[in-house]
Amino acid sequence: MVVDTEKDLASGNPTGLWSWITTVDHKRIGLLYGASALIFFFVAGLEALLLRLQLTTPNGTILSADAYNQLFTMHGLTMLLVVVMPVAAAFMNYFIPLHIGARDVAFPRANAFSYWLFLFSVVMLLSSFLLGGAPDGGWFGYAPLSTQLEEFVRMDYYAIGAQLLGIASITASANFIATVFTMRAPGMTLMRMPVFTWMAVVVSFLLIFSLPIFGVGLFQMFFDRNFGGQFFGGTGDPLLWQHLFWLFGHPEVYVLVLPAMGIVSEIFPTFSRKPLFGYPFVVFSGIAIGFMGFGVWAHHMYTAGLGPVAEAGFGVATMMIAVPTGVKIFNWIGTMWGGKVKFTLPMMFAIGFVSLFVIGGLSGVLHSVVPSDYQQHDSYFVVAHFHYVLFGGGVFGYVAGAYYWYPKWTGRMLDEKLGQWHFWLMLLGFNLTFAPMHILGLNGMARRTYRYPEGLGWEFWNQVATVGSFIIGISFLFFAWNLIKSRKDGRVAGNDPWDGRTLEWSISSPPPVHNFDEIPVVQHVDDFWYRKYATDDEGRAVRIPDVTGGTIAAETDTGGEDAHEEDMHMPSPSYYPVVSAFGIVFMGYGLVYLPGGWVAVGIGTLITMWGVFGWSLEPVTRDADHD
Amino acid sequence: MTSEAAPVEAHDTHDVRPIRKAAMWVFLGSEAMFFGSMIATFLLYRNTTADGPGAEIFNIPFTSASSFVLLMSSLTMVLAHNAFEKRDARATRIWLLATALLGITFLAGQIFEFTEFVHEGLKVSTSSFGSAFYMLTGFHGAHVAIGVTMLLAMFFLSLDGRLYEDRGLNVELIGLYWHFVDIVWIIIFTVVYLLQV
Repeated sequence: MVVDTEKDLASGNPTGLWSWITTVDHKRIGLLYGASALIFFFVAGLEALLLRLQLTTPNGTILSADAYNQLFTMHGLTMLLVVVMPVAAAFMNYFIPLHIGARDVAFPRANAFSYWLFLFSVVMLLSSFLLGGAPDGGWFGYAPLSTQLEEFVRMDYYAIGAQLLGIASITASANFIATVFTMRAPGMTLMRMPVFTWMAVVVSFLLIFSLPIFGVGLFQMFFDRNFGGQFFGGTGDPLLWQHLFWLFGHPEVYVLVLPAMGIVSEIFPTFSRKPLFGYPFVVFSGIAIGFMGFGVWAHHMYTAGLGPVAEAGFGVATMMIAVPTGVKIFNWIGTMWGGKVKFTLPMMFAIGFVSLFVIGGLSGVLHSVVPSDYQQHDSYFVVAHFHYVLFGGGVFGYVAGAYYWYPKWTGRMLDEKLGQWHFWLMLLGFNLTFAPMHILGLNGMARRTYRYPEGLGWEFWNQVATVGSFIIGISFLFFAWNLIKSRKDGRVAGNDPWDGRTLEWSISSPPPVHNFDEIPVVQHVDDFWYRKYATDDEGRAVRIPDVTGGTIAAETDTGGEDAHEEDMHMPSPSYYPVVSAFGIVFMGYGLVYLPGGWVAVGIGTLITMWGVFGWSLEPVTRDADHD
Repeated sequence: MTSEAAPVEAHDTHDVRPIRKAAMWVFLGSEAMFFGSMIATFLLYRNTTADGPGAEIFNIPFTSASSFVLLMSSLTMVLAHNAFEKRDARATRIWLLATALLGITFLAGQIFEFTEFVHEGLKVSTSSFGSAFYMLTGFHGAHVAIGVTMLLAMFFLSLDGRLYEDRGLNVELIGLYWHFVDIVWIIIFTVVYLLQV
């Protein structure tokens, strides 16, 4: 019934390090994204714990101001661009093709290129710790702070590293959009797609249109630092950076949270055993959030002095964007309402997501009110707000997704007891850490300061927050141990452990290389469910006896698979994506160390051109050469 | 369920050309935002010359001529694509080379123009106007250079008789890219050069 990993490997799925380096299989690339992001999550988490240790007591002495600046900058940069985005990319890579009934993404090699460029860029960013110091101007890199001190390369690492991560993301997004719009299975109309895949499309468009703006800002920062440019300093205006940055930075917030919303939109129907309440509303709310996300960037800049008209306009727009978000929350509640709710681990994390996201959303509405934001700006109240949105929202959602889909990745269930420990410790630790920051912020504690004097009444809540942060850390040790242990010892999951609704549950766990033996023909939203269940007169779901839908993969699994595979010409492995990505990052290192680095830029260009030309000239499938 | 007569619909039986075109359009959408941000920056700083040279150093007749060259390259690109669709390899090859040469002519003009401006005292570091001007036109020039590289690669492939291999690098996608870069130049020429006088 279940294709074991070993058996899967025996049936022609190549093994070994080289096969992972040259892989173009969307599932493997998805796993690579996920594993990398998890490792970087622990790195960024350690950075956060150091920050918390420093702030536990007044006049903390653990970190110097310089180290603190580097750590909080890298914590933000890593968590946003190197953890949450890649985790979302991991889910998208793995599940977009499975959700729409395709065999792979549109451009498997470009997909591999995105991953390797992402990984090498992160290695480059992290290597800055050892090579003269990490970026220390905040993840937002405000000018003119970021364009001063040209003798240090720190913010050059920021300008180049973030640029390369952006290129990787744009490539991946174009790939996902092309996949969804051209490779859906017969009958899989857009309005029959799972909500997660819909949100992936919205996110891809957000990235496609917002990242190039950020890219221009980063180039301008780079010009200012290295070629005497006057974009933000000299005769230039530092506000330009803020506009360019937040024109990217605000859509980015939705990039981080929309995939998590998509994930819980899959989880709620499955564990309430009901269709998603108001499917079109959820989809169109997501699209509306995407559009409006481009119209609210200046609410990050209320104290920059834009004038009352602009501030009022952006304030109203910001309040409006709460509406589609609220619509979704009511839809999720409506999905659970009257359903047979099963409190499995994915469901618990999903409910955690909604509850904490609501708290974060409410404090966000407070920020949209301009006079109130004047008071909260750059205080710990803001830190509390965006951690409730991005950690309480984002991370809870992604962890829910990991518990939900782990059986599909490995064929094994995650351990229930360890998962319970993880959930309750994480919920407790999260609230202990970030709820007190509301109070600290309202009492005047400023962000990004590395120490504070005694006697301001901040000691107690800072200690609580530090204790909470370590509880979060411990909870994730349970998670990591669970992920490792269950791969071997977990209960065997079968194809469809949750009685799922979408196409990925109709195939074996883990799926075969080619995903679907036969491309499914789709007739409904939640098509797989309707292959398993009919509705009786009172509207209750009745299991259809002798289902073919549920067991297609299982039946064909034994015999004909190999014969099928011969005919399918899956894209063959390629090392050119790795070469191209390596060449680009080589150029990146050269650009950081200008002017001497021009040599490295030249060499990197040659490597990249070798990779790109080899790539565009090699045949897509191995067999195409013989044909 | 098993409606397909062919064994299995997969990548090689799938017509990938519309997929590639879709991705190219998405990529160009991204590029539009890239150039849009730089054009916005230029508009912000068009008068911020810090007493250095400003728009008066533009040589409109010269740049009009090089703009004309670039626009003509769009025409030759259309002819190349047309010949490609008619599977006329020889004509395709000629028009590809013509397009590349026109692109190189444009780049030579830009290099000449930049040298002139630097002699007249306009550098990246002179003023915000200078920074914005060089960045915008420089990145456009880089795009033309990449286009020329692809055109020449396609030309040399065609000498090997490899014009019709279904590869990521093909005449249709190069054409889309090339026309986009030309359209961007029309906007840059209008906003940067013509609006100033």
